[in-house]
This record gives sequence, C-alpha cells and structure tokens, in this order.
Amino acid sequence: MYELQYSKPSSVNDAVAEVKNSSDAKFLAGGMTMIPTLKARLSSADLLVDLKGSNLSNISVSSSEVVVGSMTRHCDVASSNDIKGSLPALAKLAGGIGDHMVRSCGTIGGSLANNDPAACYPSAVLALDATVVTNERSILAADFFEGMFETALNEDEIITEIKFPIPEKASYIKFPNPASRYAMVGVFMVKKTDEISVAVTGAGENGVFRCKEIEDVLNSNFSLDALDNIQISDDNLTSDIHASAAYRANLIKEMAKKGLKDLI
Amino acid sequence: MPDGGSTGIGASVKRKEDYRFLVGEGNYTDDINRPNQTYTYMLRSSSAHAKFSIDTSKASKANGVVKIFVGTDMEVGSIPCGWQVDSKDGTPMREPAHPPIAKDKVRYVGEIIAVIIAESLEDAKNAAELVDVNYDDIPVIIDMQDALDNSKGLVHDEIDSNVCYDWELGDSEAVDKAISEAAHITSLDIRNNRLIPNAMETRSAIGDYEHATGQYTLYTTSQNPHVIRLLMGAFVLGLPEHKLRVIAPDVGGGFGSKIFHYAEEAIVTWASNKIRRPVKWTSDRSEAFISDAHGRDHVTSVKLALDKDGKFLALKVDTLANMGAYLSTFASSVPTYLYATLLAGTYTTPAIHCNVKSIFTNTVPVDAYRGAGRPEATYLIERIVDKAAREMGISQVEIRRKNFIPVDAFPYQTPVALQYDSGNYNATLDAALKKADYEGFAARKADSAKRGMLRGIGFSTYLEACGIAPSAVVGSLGARAGLFECAEVRVHPTGSVTVFTGSHSHGQGHETTFAQLVSEKLGISTDMVEISHGDTNNIPFGMGTYGSRSLAVGGEAIVKAMDKVIAKAKKIAAHIMEASADDIELNNGNFEIAGTDKSMSLADISLAAYVPHNYPHEELEPGLDEKAFYDPLNFTYPGGCHICEVEINPNTGEVKVEGMTAVDDVGKVINPMIVEGQIHGGLAQGIGQALLENAAYDNNGQLLSGSYMDYAMPRADNFVDFKVGNEVTLCTHNSLGVKGCGEVGAIGSPPAVINAVVDALSELGVDDISMPATSEKVWNAINQAKNKN
Ligand SMILES: Cc1cc2nc3c(=O)[nH]c(=O)nc-3n(C[C@H](O)[C@H](O)[C@H](O)COP(=O)(O)OP(=O)(O)OC[C@H]3O[C@@H](n4cnc5c(N)ncnc54)[C@H](O)[C@@H]3O)c2cc1C
Repeated sequence: MYELQYSKPSSVNDAVAEVKNSSDAKFLAGGMTMIPTLKARLSSADLLVDLKGSNLSNISVSSSEVVVGSMTRHCDVASSNDIKGSLPALAKLAGGIGDHMVRSCGTIGGSLANNDPAACYPSAVLALDATVVTNERSILAADFFEGMFETALNEDEIITEIKFPIPEKASYIKFPNPASRYAMVGVFMVKKTDEISVAVTGAGENGVFRCKEIEDVLNSNFSLDALDNIQISDDNLTSDIHASAAYRANLIKEMAKKGLKDLI
Repeated sequence: MPDGGSTGIGASVKRKEDYRFLVGEGNYTDDINRPNQTYTYMLRSSSAHAKFSIDTSKASKANGVVKIFVGTDMEVGSIPCGWQVDSKDGTPMREPAHPPIAKDKVRYVGEIIAVIIAESLEDAKNAAELVDVNYDDIPVIIDMQDALDNSKGLVHDEIDSNVCYDWELGDSEAVDKAISEAAHITSLDIRNNRLIPNAMETRSAIGDYEHATGQYTLYTTSQNPHVIRLLMGAFVLGLPEHKLRVIAPDVGGGFGSKIFHYAEEAIVTWASNKIRRPVKWTSDRSEAFISDAHGRDHVTSVKLALDKDGKFLALKVDTLANMGAYLSTFASSVPTYLYATLLAGTYTTPAIHCNVKSIFTNTVPVDAYRGAGRPEATYLIERIVDKAAREMGISQVEIRRKNFIPVDAFPYQTPVALQYDSGNYNATLDAALKKADYEGFAARKADSAKRGMLRGIGFSTYLEACGIAPSAVVGSLGARAGLFECAEVRVHPTGSVTVFTGSHSHGQGHETTFAQLVSEKLGISTDMVEISHGDTNNIPFGMGTYGSRSLAVGGEAIVKAMDKVIAKAKKIAAHIMEASADDIELNNGNFEIAGTDKSMSLADISLAAYVPHNYPHEELEPGLDEKAFYDPLNFTYPGGCHICEVEINPNTGEVKVEGMTAVDDVGKVINPMIVEGQIHGGLAQGIGQALLENAAYDNNGQLLSGSYMDYAMPRADNFVDFKVGNEVTLCTHNSLGVKGCGEVGAIGSPPAVINAVVDALSELGVDDISMPATSEKVWNAINQAKNKN
C-alpha cells in the first residue's frame, strides 16, 4: 500500500469537502474492495475518507418503499426483519454475498459505487427500478450503471441511500463462481403490478443488464413453464476461464427458471 | 483402552500443539524479527520468456533502500536438483543452470530479476517501481506438445531440447505382445491438472549473518531444514554445515511445496553477509501463486489390455510431465520413481510399461505436491479400470476383485520394481461398500431421477508407496541423498523426556503422535514428553517430512533410540537392584526384577544416571540420552478403497458430492483422531483437484488463475461429512507396523470422484471427463452426448 492519510469525518458534507480539498482522495466504506486493491498497489489515494462516521446506515421501510442507507452492511440488510417482511429477495441477496467477514464489513453503497460486473446488488437495483440518492441528486437505476466498474457518480459524490419500490414479488437466484463466490450469473426478477422485470449480473460484458428476452416472454406468458424452451443469446456475454458466454447464457435461463417459481 | 494406557498407541490424544496455534501464539518465520533487520521485495519477471536488461540506478537512490542486487551480482552455484534421472538411452537428464536471480534471460512469470533490500517493505516496494526493466520477448512455450517441437523454440538455449529426459520403466516387448493378442483393449487420454499448493502460511525466510563468528542462520518455512542446509550450503553458497544453522520454526502447512530449496532462501542468506544485516523476505499470497512450486501437470495416454473375462494382461502408459522452467529439488523423481513404480496399483497386471518425457516449459517449476506422482498413477489406473469395466459390461466391484493381488500373494513383486509387503484389498473394499451403503445406491439413484437429477457412484481401490525411502534403493535410482531418519531421545534427570526428531511437523501433529510412542514404550504420560524439531543446531540430523515418511521412518528412529535408552536403563537398574540386566522387565514404566516385587521407575533410573553415585562406571557412561538412525528396508504400502457418490443437475452441470467414503489401510494407527484428520485433509485436496482446482496459463505464459478470485480452492460446503474407516494389515518391515496416512486421501480420491461423475453421465454415453470436472465441462459433455444421440 502506498502511504496515505486517513480521516473519518462526522457528516456527509464534511466528507465531500475533504475529498474536494485533496488531490487524490477516495471514500472508504466497508473496505472489502478498496483495501485489497490498495494493498496490491492497484489503486492509490493520498487520503481515505471513511464514511463510517457519516450516519448513513439506517434502514426504513414504508408500505411502498424500502430505503437503505448507503453504509448499511450486507449482514444488516440480510437480518433486517423489516426488509425480510417487505422485500425478502433483497435480504436473501445480501445474505448470500461473500462470507461472514465480507458481509459484516461490506456495504450496499460500496457495492453500487464499485459496480463490479459480478456483484449482486446492481441486479436488484436495476430490476426494482430503485433510485440511488446521492448528496447531490437522485439517479434512476437505469441511468446509474454505465458499464463494468463504471457508474454515473462523480469523483466527489457520495451515495447516501437507495430507495427500493416494493413490488408484488421478487426473487434473486445466484450461481456462484466456484472460486470467488461472486455471481457467475445472478438473476433478479421482479413482478410489478403491470410488468415483469429481470436484471442479470455476472454475465454481461458491460456489467449488469436488463434481460429483455426473458422479460418479453414473461410479459406475454406469465406461467411456470414459460421459460422452459427459450434460448438466451450469448451476444455481449462474458467468456472467461470459469465459463463461456454460451454457458452463461444457459445459466441465465436456468436461474430465471428457478426464480420464476418464487414469483408465481 | 488403547494398548499403551491413556496416552499410548491407539489413543486419540488431543493435539498438544494446537493450544499455541489456537491462541495465536505459534511462532512462524514471519513472526521472527532480528535486530537491525532489513526487508526484501523480490522483483519478479512479468514476462514468461524474454531477454532482459535492467537498470536499478534510480531505484538505488530511493528512500530507505539499503541495497539492490541483480543476477550478475550474485555469482553463486546453481540451485540444484536432488535426483538424477537418466534417459532410456543412458544419457543423464538435461539439467540447465538455475541461478537464484535471473541474469539476462527470464523463463517464467514470477522468476526473480532483482532483490530490493530496504528499511521497510514499503520502501522496497516503492523502489521496485523505479527499477527499469526492458524485456525483449521470445516466443513462449506453454503447451508440452509444442515443447517437443524444437522449431517452436527452446526454454534453455544451452541445452538442445525441451525434453529433460526420455525415461522408461518396464518390459515394453511383453506389453506390446499382450496388447496385440488381447481380447479387449481400453484406451484413454488423460490430463492430470496443474495445481497450486496453497499452504495457509506463505513462504518466508530470514538470513542472519553474524560477522564476529562467521555464523549464518537461515530461518525458513521448510519441511526439512537439514536438507536445505545441505542443498543451499553445499551446492549454492559453499557454506560448511558447522557455519550454517537452518531453523524451520512453526510452519503452517506445506503439502510438499516447502520441501524444496528455493532461490529466496539462498538470496537472503547470501545478502545478509553482503550487507551485514539480517534480511527478511515474506511472500504475499499473489507472489505465492507464481513462486511456490506447482504440482501434477501430466498429459498421459494409457492402454489396458484385458482377456475376455476382464483379467488385466498389460498396461501401457505414455506420459508428458511438465517440469516448468527449471528443475526444482525433487521434480525429476516425481513423474518417474514415484509414479511409474506405482502402476501395478492393487492389481496383478503382469506386464507394465511406462514411458515418461519430462518437459521444460515457460511456467513455474513443478514438483512434489501431496502424493507426488502417486496421485497421477492412481488416477490413470483407476480411470482406465473404470472405463474397461464399462466397456466390457463388468461391474466396477467385480473387475477390481478379479484383479486384486490376493492376500496370500504377499510379499508381492510387481513388474515395476516395487515389492509390496502387505495388504488386503478385498477387506478395505468390503468395508467401504458397507460404509457407503452401496446396496442402497440404486434406490438413491431412482430418487434422484425422480427429481430430474443424475446420480453416480465411483470407486478407487488404490495403493501407494510411502515411508520414503530405503537409501540404497533410491541411491541406485539416482537420488542424491539418503532417506533415513534420525532421532535422539533424552531422558532428563527427573524422568521427563525430550525427543529430538529429524522429521518436521507442519500440521501433521507429530508433537502428539511421537509423544504417544514414548508414552507407549516408556510408560509415561505424553505430558511428560516434548518433541523438538526444526533446528539444525538442536537436532542431530534429519531428512524431514514428506512422502508420508514421518512415522514409518522418523517414528522408527525414535523407537530405535528408545530401545537403546531402555537397554541402558535396564543395566542401570540391574546394577542398583543387584540383579542381572536380563532379568529386568519394563512394565508400565516400571523396571522390575522378574518374579519379585522389586522395581525402579524411569525417573529413579534417570536420576541415578545423572547423579551417578551408585553407578556401573566401568561398564556405562553417565546420562540417559540416546540417538539412533533408521533407514527403512522397503517403502510402505498403504492402500484402500474410496467411494464417491455425486448428484448432477443436468441443466447446469453442477456436481454435488453426496457421499465420500474412505476406508484405508494405513497400517497400525497410533492416534485415530489425527489419522482421520489427515485423511479428511487429503480428501479435501483430492476432491478439490477433481472438481475445482486448476492452474491455468494463457498462451503468453500469464497465470490466469493467479488469485483466489480465479483459483477455486475447495471449501467446507463443497463437501459432505466424510465417512472414514480403516482396516489394518501391519507393515512387516518396521517394528511399529505403520505405513503412513498423510497422502492417501489426496491419492485415492480424485479418480473416485471422476468415476462417480462419469457413472452419473454414462447413461447418456459419456465415458470420460477431465479434471477439474467443472459445471460447464459437465454441461458441455451432456449436450454433446445429447446431440450425438
Ligand atoms: C471475498 C469477497 C467476496 C465477495 N463476494 C461478493 C458477492 O458474492 N457478491 C457481491 O455482490 N459482492 C461481493 N463482494 C464485494 C463486497 O460485497 C463489497 O460490497 C464490495 O467489496 C464493496 O463494498 P465496501 O463497502 O467494502 O466498499 P469499499 O471497498 O470501501 O469501497 C468500494 C468503492 O466504492 C466507493 N464508495 C464506497 N462507498 C461509497 C459511497 N457511499 N458513495 C460513493 N462511493 C463509495 C469507494 O471509494 C471505493 O471506490 C465480495 C468481496 C470480497 C472481498
């Protein structure tokens, strides 16, 4: 790790100010991605601004919305009775991220800001049409993810909370990469009052995406066997040592078939 | 009740060493810090094959830098290979020079090109970024078939080929004849996947030269400090033993990867003299992936000839074995004497021939990894037997029983040099079938089918040769060292005991098992016994721990030393109690005069030995401290039966291990709990190899699976509860009757797993799948089979 300074301001405004005032400062959330990349010298910063003091880890649930503070840890989302009651697929997703240590440190804001193409949360945010709220603005999910590790965030912009509309039903099915246990394919499916939406993570060359092929089928035929004979195209899907694009296309279908059972 | 009281042979004594590990007070190499110590960063090649030039002038001026060394600064001996293997035409193996720091050419990603020594590790790393390296890339050789074609290039210019040796064992004429006449031939092409050892503790080394005395000390993560002293002292740095002390303190796992003498050890030792300060290096995990010797990596084609009833007539094996870019310490012996000699397995195959070409490639050196050669042999035998059974319509159990070496055939001379002393392969098979509930398999398969799942069961009735090794035998085969073991048993004045052993424990639990030997023999509790290992200044001599040799060789040396202690103690007791030594019997720790109630305890005798007022001075020296060397008469031959049951989701290709049964014959069991633990660990690694682990290179020689993000280490949820049992036949040539249990799990299990996968897929017409059987591979195999049908 290159030498750096550390600070833990006590408000979002102070955190933003500190980042603005320094030449190469970065926000630190759970550190689960940040610290290893710093240690491996794949990344550097002159100042790490820790968001733990900024009071961003609340969960609040109303009849229409689940609002999760950006510094809420995966384990807290996973164990929240409110979330389990109103949006259980989100709790399940959080409970399936990494291992105990990762879940006790990693945060939803860190995960979204990082936008790892194999991360789980982006699929929930995209499928649920959630809103990513920052210190400056509200960003619709459809506008937030801009490709692998790319988001609409500015350098000195902090995610403060994420607002998830509560759908009729939702499901998340993940096929873990056998090495990293990130998603090799993760499919988040949502039954809204008027439509089905499906987002896929782990598989896209440009990160998380909405899977129109599945959505179209289910919007015209919402039944258990609707997906049995579909063929997902492997265009724009990732091929790597773990899985070819064709295999990932198959996993999208298979995970969606499983997820559909939870929706019906 | 175990034979030797509550802490003797047969008792599951809790591991004495675990407390200090569990409370975080182990003393590993990286925990050690020497006064005025410096820190080293090894700058490693990012190119797999290149001429290079290097400029360190800017880096040398960086903050905190003490000294930077490049290859031409370190004119020392070549890192040696410990075993000479001759080609079948009689020429010795090609043995290219292996400098600790590359001089002008690099041959794999990870090879050291500069050594940056600084006041802190961060200073060293910062300076490393200022080193200017210019690579002039040369075509890279990764694939072993490519390596056979000289026009594709040479890994080493100074030798005329990428073939290290072209070696054979067995009777090729007899094999060819049998194959030409056989009723049935089964053929199979096999890759034994390259693995990365991944010991929990990464390697570390501290060189500490004391100017005033000219004494060098090397602290290192080694399985065999005396061997390192020999290899590094005699061959690389030219240091005599009395000036070089090697300490391998607590070591957190090795699996073979810490047997070898590595460049970093020589570098820190040498550099500590040059800069007159201690020099410390600790590998980080990413570095371990590209600098610890890898394991396995064979490509083999195999043919089995059978008569019409399924009796094996001949086995023909052709193997390419990857050596990587340089010969590591035991690399040459692994695919030859630890491999081809095993090809009879548990069977009476009368004719066997094996040809091995070992190949240099632009990859990390490959060497022994848990099982070393024996897993590779076992895998091909048990796979070809499985395939033959399917082709001939014989059951997996029957074909094995038909061909087992019968119990009354021991000692059994195989056609590939080894003579097995004992075994009972039907006994382990029977016990395993029962434990695995083989009878219930059909019902479980039907249940899986109901759920749309495929279920399979796979067998491996394996054998291995360990207890390495009779020195005269291995010497005649090219080993450049003896493979005996040494022990000293020191009875202290008040009757407690310290054993100094040349074996080295890095997870095996020697501090407990060896103490149980003492408890059994001398009749004292293990609490009264301390096992000391890992320091060439404390231990008289040692060849270390690998090849499941610690108990069968190291333990026997302890027994021999104890026998001397007992003989002397009897004489002392006889003198004091005024009897004849012949009449003294040792019972439960008491030296008794037979037929009387007169007796002395060990403590009484040792006190008399160290306070020798009433003592037979004419006949005996004072003290009670004996040393023994033990050179085994033969290898030991554990064997057994592993049965794996898997369930496969045909839609995704996911393989779930549903059952893993291992009934092994490891000879006499000293501590059942420790043996079971060793088997569990071995099974975990075997299943890991079969389903998950793979070291993958791209065509440019970059390691694609260079971190845990991409190298799939098995985890607890990849397994089921293992069902482990044992059936004992005693080793006939050591006094304890022990064989060895460290590697059997990793040796026996991979083919059982793959056979189970193939079994599940066989109804679709699949007859092979390569390791690791990832979900995608299985899914592809299912699709291809479906398309064919
Ligand atoms: C072993 C392991 C396994 C994992 N498995 C999974 C998995 O299965 N599924 C999965 O989805 N993820 C997985 N992860 C990722 C993990 O869940 C974390 O979410 C992720 O590492 C980032 O979260 P963090 O809170 O640790 O952020 P950090 O590492 O602290 O930060 C990550 C990045 O986000 C920025 N950032 C953080 N918070 C904010 C904010 N509020 N506003 C703006 N920018 C911000 C930081 O500056 C940094 O650039 C795994 C990680 C590890 C180490």
